[in-house]
Amino acid sequence: MAKPIIKKTDSKPAAPAAVTRKYAAGKIVAVAQDVYTDIIRKNARPTMRFPIRSLSNVKYDPKKGHFEILKKVATRTLSYNTVKTFAQSMRLMATTKNDLLDKNDIAGKREIYYNSKSWGECRFDEQPESDSLLDDMEAMLGINREQLGYIPEERGGEVTGPVTVIDRDPGTGGDIRINCEKLGTGAWSIPSQVEHLRFESKAKFILAIETASLFQRLVHHRYYERANCVLISMSGVPTRACRRFIRRLSDDKDLPVFAFTDGDPYGYCNIYRTLKVGSGQAAHINQFFCVPRVHYLGVTPQDILDYDLEDATHPLEENDIKRAKDALKNDPFIRHYKEWQAALNQMLTMGVRIEQQAFAKHGLNYVLEKYLPAKLKKGAFLP
Amino acid sequence: MAHSKQTLATAESMAHSQREIAVSEFFLKNRHLLGFDNPRKALLTTVKEAVDNSLDACDEAGILPEISVEIAQTGARRFRVTVLDNGPGIVRAQIPKIFAKLLYGSKFHRLRMSRGQQGIGISAAGMYGQLTTGTSTIIQSKIKNSKVAHHIEVQIDTRANKPTILKDEELAWQPQFFTADKDGVAQLSKEYTHGTCVSIEMEAAYIRGKLSADEYLKQCAIVNPHLCLHYRITVLEAAGAAGATGAAAVTAATGQGKGQGAETPASDKKPAVAAGAAVAAWITFERGTRELPKQPLEIKPHPHGVELGMLMQMLKDTTAKTLKSALSNDFSRLSDRAAVEICQRAALDPKARPAHIAHRESEALFKAIGEAKLMRPPTDCLSPIGEDQILAGLKKEITADFYTAVTRSPEVYRGNPFQIEVGIAYAKPDASQDVAAEDPVRVLRFANKVPLLYMGGACAMIKAVTGVNWKSYGLAQPRDAVPLGPAVILVHIASVWVPFTSESKEAIAHYPEIIREMTFALQECGRRLSVFLSRRRRQAELERKRNFIEMYLPHLALGLREILALNEKQETQIIGKLHKMLERTHLET
Repeated sequence: MAKPIIKKTDSKPAAPAAVTRKYAAGKIVAVAQDVYTDIIRKNARPTMRFPIRSLSNVKYDPKKGHFEILKKVATRTLSYNTVKTFAQSMRLMATTKNDLLDKNDIAGKREIYYNSKSWGECRFDEQPESDSLLDDMEAMLGINREQLGYIPEERGGEVTGPVTVIDRDPGTGGDIRINCEKLGTGAWSIPSQVEHLRFESKAKFILAIETASLFQRLVHHRYYERANCVLISMSGVPTRACRRFIRRLSDDKDLPVFAFTDGDPYGYCNIYRTLKVGSGQAAHINQFFCVPRVHYLGVTPQDILDYDLEDATHPLEENDIKRAKDALKNDPFIRHYKEWQAALNQMLTMGVRIEQQAFAKHGLNYVLEKYLPAKLKKGAFLP
Repeated sequence: MAHSKQTLATAESMAHSQREIAVSEFFLKNRHLLGFDNPRKALLTTVKEAVDNSLDACDEAGILPEISVEIAQTGARRFRVTVLDNGPGIVRAQIPKIFAKLLYGSKFHRLRMSRGQQGIGISAAGMYGQLTTGTSTIIQSKIKNSKVAHHIEVQIDTRANKPTILKDEELAWQPQFFTADKDGVAQLSKEYTHGTCVSIEMEAAYIRGKLSADEYLKQCAIVNPHLCLHYRITVLEAAGAAGATGAAAVTAATGQGKGQGAETPASDKKPAVAAGAAVAAWITFERGTRELPKQPLEIKPHPHGVELGMLMQMLKDTTAKTLKSALSNDFSRLSDRAAVEICQRAALDPKARPAHIAHRESEALFKAIGEAKLMRPPTDCLSPIGEDQILAGLKKEITADFYTAVTRSPEVYRGNPFQIEVGIAYAKPDASQDVAAEDPVRVLRFANKVPLLYMGGACAMIKAVTGVNWKSYGLAQPRDAVPLGPAVILVHIASVWVPFTSESKEAIAHYPEIIREMTFALQECGRRLSVFLSRRRRQAELERKRNFIEMYLPHLALGLREILALNEKQETQIIGKLHKMLERTHLET
């Protein structure tokens, strides 16, 4: 009856093609050269093509384990309607090449938004405008924005447990060893760039947790020692760096990964799904920023019944229902797995959602003393 | 039984006080009927009557009209109006009757399109002046082939409706017209060998605005683009007004100095002005065209336009010997055959004596005429302004960037031919001080080329303008009101007999045939306006797009320049090329 819960992944996607800054700059020049040639040689209105970034342009291939971008391509041809975005894209690429890549500098998304304020009427009025063009640029170039010099603003997640991360000194380049078991009451923050990290670990698995408060409880009670696992706090939808870190650690040390989130459509369809197969928005780079081997531990709708938690639930709100129905209809990942469809339908039928903290009904430490061990032992995970 | 002190009238005593009322007496008591209800309106009416007469005379004589109008304040509530024209002049014997006998004139008895109709106006103005100031109407007139001019001063004997001549002399005089040079000083611009000058002093008030003589003259200039019009007004300053009456009278006399013979033109350059009087410079409304309007033809009345009383009168007055020939000779569109038919229908002998019929069987005849099918009246008797002339007039006097005009084909109401014309001038909002964007459109009303300023609310023209759905042509329009917008709408009715609602000739009666024609003309102009407005909206949109594109192309080029390390020339080349491409695909209509 014991199922091989620790299953090795068949394919190990290579690290995102680590490109040099020179290569990235070359790609930008190539795009600009195409535009220039369109204008001057072909006497044609220039176009820029990039993959459409949305759930409608991805498919889920379980063999590859991640959302894969389809062939739908958006063409932005210069016209009255596109002239502003076109000009902004050009200036954004110019800034990326000249100020970040050529000068070996970095910038945050918000910094680049403020940087545009010097562009006169070409400036971005709101940050979502520049964010969206950054995503376009990364899709068009096929290079993730971290490698273009853009650093994420949000924190990448926190790590505690039996793993030693070998980082390098930004000044000297020498190794710095960080033992994540010896961090006292705190945790180690995942940096925005994780490609260079190396690991030493004897852990048995990785547990990725949605909420910081539950993570704190597990750290406080040294659950990582008891279960011999690496605990990672995702704080909502995991960042690219967090996903990449989990992926690299699990690949490197061949560790199974389990996700523990709130039992609601957001926890299933946004947090877990993004961790496992990537997002529709960034489908062009999902290949690297996903953890196909992750399995879903809980909280499942069935757990509510199994652990007698009906009176610790909340009614589904309108946007929960919408999100669940939308996923059942449009999310290629959900549509691939009957188990997930069953879980979502069960939730819709029950009409309730549940939080990770609900186990406190049975005692504050019930979750780490009873629930987690039982679930891990039983091995009945959702895919 | 003692009678009350009040003695009752007897038929005999009543007969004692029963006597004929002269027309002039009647109008003296009912001067509002002629447009002299208040001092302000009296001034306008006087100018109007004199100018109308001048224009009619010039048109009829085929003379390109030049008219000067001078209004000079002579006292706190007194003004002298002097109107000079280059018309054919008036023979001496006719002058007193024309200017001092009501209902005397050439226009009442004929069906021919002209500004004046009844022969009341100018005499009434003189009578009003005489009544309010005791002064006479002063006339100078010279006909082309006469060596001398006549200077005549007349008053009207209101009891007898007859002129009283106070002065009658010959003098050397000829019409002279002045324009202001750039310093505002009057300069002699034109002299003629013929013309008439009439000057009337009266109690009046001058207030600028939509109901003023200024507005009347401006509208005259619009609707008579072949007219060269000079105008100036001298108003006493309020402070000096009270005591200056005597001295100001001198001003007025000098003001019409051009009437004082050839030896005094110099006085016109610097009029001896009473202290406190502000002498304005001559304003000249130049001609927009030298083309004379088509001469309207005189027509006989159409049988369907004749009322019973008039029919009786015509049968009495006719020179024809038989009823049949009376009908076919004195009416238009009545052939011998049709005349016989009518007689048969009325069971009358076609050979009967017309005067006999007039007394006995005119009602049967009238009924038969009404039932007869007849050709419509001839319409060549009308002289519309013409689309080109309306455009010329509007362009001359209204600053706008869209003009259109429609002249409808002639139509008939009650047997009278009439013709409707409409013009629209639409300005860019705020571009012109003549018209404001948020205000109601200004409706300029004209009847036989005469501006109508009063009683718009009662006029068929306003009813027609209000009845059109202007929203569908791109103008805002409050419910049951004229549309809003920076526009002027001109409506003109030309007719041998314009149906005014009253003798003061201020509003057109609401004949459905007339309103329908006006509506059609307004709608046609409205459609053209809406084409213009939508084209302009499109152009504004294009302009906006062009600016947008021009704003961002340099940024696109700059981005490329920075990425590809281009030089300035290449950057300029990119902008130029892109501009051409977008121009081709986006900015061409």
